[in-house]
Amino acid sequence: MSYITANKVVKEFGNGDARVAAVQGIDLSIEQAGFISIMGESGAGKSTLLSMLGGLLSPSRGEILIEDINIYSLKRDKLADFRREFMGFIFQSFQLVPYLNVVENVQLPLAVTHHSQANKKALAMSALERVGLQDKGHRLPNQLSGGEQERVAIARAVVNEPPILFADEPTGNLDSRNSADVMNLLKRLNADGQTIVMVTHSRHNAEYGDRIIEVADGRLKEAQAIRAVV
Amino acid sequence: MKLHDIAVNNLRRRKGKVFFLVMGLLVGVAAVVALLTTTSILEADIAHKMDEFGANILITPRSEGLSLTYGGLSLGGLSFDVKEISETDLAKIKTIENAANIRLVSPKVFGVFENQGNKALVVGVDFASELSLKKWWKINGDEPSAEQDIIVGSEAAERFQLKPGSFIDIKGEKFKVTGVLETTGSQDDGLVFMYMPVTQKLFGKEGKVGMVEVAALCKNCPISEIVTQIAEKIPSAKVTAVQQVVEGRMDTLHSFRKFSLGISGLVLFVGSMVVFVTMMGSVTERTREIGIFSAIGFRRSHIMKIILLEAFVVSLMAGVAGYLAGIGVTRLLLSFLSEHMPHFSLDPLVAVGAVFLAVVVGLLASLYPAMAASKMDPSEALRTL
Repeated sequence: MSYITANKVVKEFGNGDARVAAVQGIDLSIEQAGFISIMGESGAGKSTLLSMLGGLLSPSRGEILIEDINIYSLKRDKLADFRREFMGFIFQSFQLVPYLNVVENVQLPLAVTHHSQANKKALAMSALERVGLQDKGHRLPNQLSGGEQERVAIARAVVNEPPILFADEPTGNLDSRNSADVMNLLKRLNADGQTIVMVTHSRHNAEYGDRIIEVADGRLKEAQAIRAVV
Repeated sequence: MKLHDIAVNNLRRRKGKVFFLVMGLLVGVAAVVALLTTTSILEADIAHKMDEFGANILITPRSEGLSLTYGGLSLGGLSFDVKEISETDLAKIKTIENAANIRLVSPKVFGVFENQGNKALVVGVDFASELSLKKWWKINGDEPSAEQDIIVGSEAAERFQLKPGSFIDIKGEKFKVTGVLETTGSQDDGLVFMYMPVTQKLFGKEGKVGMVEVAALCKNCPISEIVTQIAEKIPSAKVTAVQQVVEGRMDTLHSFRKFSLGISGLVLFVGSMVVFVTMMGSVTERTREIGIFSAIGFRRSHIMKIILLEAFVVSLMAGVAGYLAGIGVTRLLLSFLSEHMPHFSLDPLVAVGAVFLAVVVGLLASLYPAMAASKMDPSEALRTL
């Protein structure tokens, strides 16, 4: 059964003659606990597609359903609540908050929840343990290596145990050794039951997923599209 | 981790920006505190000086009469049924409800004498009260110290060819001139001043008083009430307020206050603009960070709360520092504006008001930047997704 569904999703930017269609009618179905890799050239529309699947960018036409909920029919605050409960994000360039230490960065998604302070800290420490950074909780992001920062970003994405994890080029700024560590970590999270949707340039990293789709000119490539919806 | 932790941590990291923000608001608050406090202290000081400057209430005998004056010249008049003031009535003035506001009571008795074919008016006074009341008097010579000592106005001195140390015969008694007044430009120039009991005896007016000048210290108290209270105590007398002095004083005070309020408002507006521009800049600078907050599920209200919490902390600091700076500036201003340092006390109401004002202005100036931050599209803010 489909867990995340994109129905004829279109995203256009600009108006009139300057209008550009970044995504042109994509249909996509992702199962629960799946690990899907989205590949494509720069400007192919894969990041736009990921943003729309993640509730960050409303489509010009079409709909995105998660657990049969049309997420863009939700009001802005409800959609924010939905993202907090259902989704974790791993951004390119880590996107850690520079003035918060590692534990505080990981606790960010919990800042607006009703957990007790002690519980928030325990959850953050548990997430850091999963990524192997339990000893570096009091460091600031600029005191960590690139690989460590990426792992903090992953810990932040999973701290409230969302069922879906969106990752945009999670290894884009890492060397091959750190890339492998991060990809193995994502694989383990997927094995624990988290649905993962990852955008990547790397064929090697894409193969960590159990499905690969390719986007070109805002459309799924024919063969891959068939594979994606099967 | 709570929202305020994010706000406080951000402020800790951006010390330079916080300093700039605090300074922007601090200058405004300090200006308001300094101007208002200075004005308020000067008001009190001026009021005190003006009260000290002279009498503001006159008590004269009530008479049914017709006064004939034209263009400031007295052409004589008719008086009948004159009810003179008794010396015993003076004690009643100190029993009125606002007795605490009465600074000085200066009774006077009058008599005319002739010497060498020239006439002059003698005013019997209590020299201690009179000299305290007329601080502008400058005496060449000494103040009277013995019963037969007198001082004379500059015109009277000229008329009778008197100087300090001279003697003059008044109604058969010999008086020593201890001092001559420098020209005052008032009626005092033509008068002769002597001790009141001596004057009463000399002119056969024992126990009588011709006129009483009263100086009431009356900042923020209605002089008309004091007038009414005295009139009730001494029904035989006519009690009038010297309106010109009172109204002139009020005009001066109002002008001072209007001026400082205008300047304060302007400075505060500039301060709020500094906060607005800096907060707007800060929001733009933190676009990605706000994008992250939004992406991980912060509501618009959560993002607004972070920005406004930061503004609150900064404004609070600016309010406290601005108040202290304002008090410092006030001391400095007063040392320039006033010959002597007026009475100066810290008003807790001004302190609370300054902090409250800083917080309100800081929050209002940050409201739009906070709303702009909360409206940011997470995808556009992050751009990388």
